[in-house]
Amino acid sequence: MAKGKTKAKSKAAGGWQGQVLVVDLTKGEAKAEPLNMEWAQQYLGERGLATKYLYEMMNPRADAMSPENVLIFATGPLTGTMASTSGRYAVVTKGPLTGAIACSNSGGKFGAELKFAGYDLLIVKGRAKKPVYLHIIDDKVEILPADGLWGKTVWQTEELIKAKHQNPLLKIASIGKAGEKGVLYACVVNDLHRAAGRSGVGAVMGSKNLKAVACHGSKGVTVKDPKRFMKVVGDAKQKLAESTGRKELTEYGTNAMIDVMQQFGGLPTRNFREVQFEGVEHINAQAMKTPNAHGHTNLVANKACFGCTIACGRIAHIDKQHFSIVNRKEYWLASGGLEYETAYAFGPVVGVDDIDALTFAGYMMNEHGMDPISFGVTLAAAMELYDIGAITKKDTDGIELKFGNAEALTVMAEKTGKGEGFGKILGLGSKRMCEKYGHPELFMGVKGQEFAGYDSRALQGMGLGYATSNRGACHLKHDVFAEDMEDQTGSGKAVPVKKSQDKVAAIDSTGLCLFVTAAWGVPDFAAQVDAACEGSWDEKRLYETGERVWNLERMFNLKAGLTAKDDTLPKRLLETPAPSGTAKGKVSELGKMLPEYYKARGWTTDGKPTNQTIARLGL
Amino acid sequence: MQKSLLIEPEKCTSCLQCEMACSFEHEGSFNPAKSRIKVFEFEHGRRAIPYTCTQCAEAWCLHACPVEALARNPTTGAVEVKEDVCVGCKVCTIACPFGTINYNRDSGKVAKCDLCGGDPQCAAACPTGAITFVDSDWTGYERMKAWAAKTDNQPRA
Repeated sequence: MAKGKTKAKSKAAGGWQGQVLVVDLTKGEAKAEPLNMEWAQQYLGERGLATKYLYEMMNPRADAMSPENVLIFATGPLTGTMASTSGRYAVVTKGPLTGAIACSNSGGKFGAELKFAGYDLLIVKGRAKKPVYLHIIDDKVEILPADGLWGKTVWQTEELIKAKHQNPLLKIASIGKAGEKGVLYACVVNDLHRAAGRSGVGAVMGSKNLKAVACHGSKGVTVKDPKRFMKVVGDAKQKLAESTGRKELTEYGTNAMIDVMQQFGGLPTRNFREVQFEGVEHINAQAMKTPNAHGHTNLVANKACFGCTIACGRIAHIDKQHFSIVNRKEYWLASGGLEYETAYAFGPVVGVDDIDALTFAGYMMNEHGMDPISFGVTLAAAMELYDIGAITKKDTDGIELKFGNAEALTVMAEKTGKGEGFGKILGLGSKRMCEKYGHPELFMGVKGQEFAGYDSRALQGMGLGYATSNRGACHLKHDVFAEDMEDQTGSGKAVPVKKSQDKVAAIDSTGLCLFVTAAWGVPDFAAQVDAACEGSWDEKRLYETGERVWNLERMFNLKAGLTAKDDTLPKRLLETPAPSGTAKGKVSELGKMLPEYYKARGWTTDGKPTNQTIARLGL
Repeated sequence: MQKSLLIEPEKCTSCLQCEMACSFEHEGSFNPAKSRIKVFEFEHGRRAIPYTCTQCAEAWCLHACPVEALARNPTTGAVEVKEDVCVGCKVCTIACPFGTINYNRDSGKVAKCDLCGGDPQCAAACPTGAITFVDSDWTGYERMKAWAAKTDNQPRA
């Protein structure tokens, strides 16, 4: 198939490689184009820059699963540098779960490798006639038939591609069966167990008949002022090393959060009927480190993504005597372990407290390529449907879909990944499934995307963040955690939510990980970006860049047909008070916060950026 | 005192800061493909192991070189490549039992760890202490100490 050398660098100084790889799968062509440096100065990189390319390249009204959708893998100017957590890349496209812009961020080693091959962005258009994969070695780009790969799991795919090319140095991002079969929250998995997880970016990849991107690069990344860069990244790493937040992330991983949310009463349990889970101590960070009755300990190692000096990633293994794998030796291995969101989505929200079952469900997500949050919360809704009698064993392949049933979790995780039986229904996501069975009110999410592990009644700013997130319910697009813990009312939350959304949008555009905010403020990021990139970058400019990115995402969504009506929360959170915890008796105060938020954003009362705002941000 | 790199794989998280530091020191860019230290992962990342030249006292690469492009730095103890002498014949890459001297197609020469002239950047960059630079004669000191601590553990009378 298509083959050829590509080279088209633009004059990039520092950070950026100055080159974008455009692959048209309909035509079977791959060519490199110079990076639009004007856009890079306005949108920085990764999330922001990819949003600009997407906005300019596609009609937002196009069906997410059609060839008109554009799938962008984007690195940031700091990706692949010695800045801590420099392994990030984003997958930006129109999401099939939400019909809104999707922006999913991943770590691992693939993103840096794409950058080392010489590309800031990989843009995939069209649809291949038959399944293909991309093989990228620096300037040499091939679109190769995926015969023998289609139908394989993520883990098999990585192994087969490395063997075929006799190249263990390849870094691979691929989809599993979930992406092939159009599970609406399928993800793109790279390096076996890191994922661009949310909003169904893997389903888009599958709709393009693109199984994998395999990449090795030897070009390296240079920065504007190497001496200053090494000084500022060294100082920032030192600051990170000394911070308490960082030490906790290294020691316990993100799952340290589950105890915090349990105590606070913000831990969504049994499809948000409750906000505290009695089984927490069996699945928390401490449980991961504690031997069980057979002397088996879940956690085996901490694992870092590329360039990361935190290493919050967990490698775990399942007790060989556990029902999920007792007769399945292929799972007698260590692989990606529980993080907070997976622990929540396979634990409290479905009422399961069996740590091995949770770990197995995690393996299924990685192997078949699915978003654990959306899967878990969809299963939770199915369990509630089962509980109220809206579905029965006849619908669920004979499985008793009761809250707390660990076997229901492991079996349905696998069925959904493989697109079998009731798994096909779960693969639609909670919104579509609940509508199908006549109970739309049981969908726990926003804009078609399921909630992460924080309850909007206990954390008011989080609720506003969920409602206004451009990719549907998401806990990672704003950061008002400290404000929410301190004050449990909706008063004065609009401005901090807006400001932190802009901050996060800027950080997501650098190539670094949000978790460094455990120690770094925006000036710390600015110092590193400024030493690496052409132009002068300070705190103010980063905030402004983030605000520009946020508004462009919003404009994409408005063009796609979303309106202010979509900025809402389920009735349960707006009307049914939290039954326990520190927020007992409280509901979300979204109705009060939203108008304040639109005002803070410089939007009209129906949630559209005013002409002044558009002009101010140069959109 | 002569010093050696001490590698303790159980502390490695596979972040590759060492590979970036190495390439930055020697090539001027962040480029793991050109690093002289490599981190290998096994079993989905359960084990991660940094590996590089151990600066053999009886250095087979040095003996194999037909043009005397390899020489020991008397201060650091490192075997270094004289780039202006190396002809890129690669015989040293065959001689090395560990694979830690490799050809670089861009320069047409071989490249290996030279301990950065006595201040190895991989060790400086390692965030977990998996790579340290210690007294060559006592690379086992801390391990001995840890095992020693396990022996005399009876309560005193």
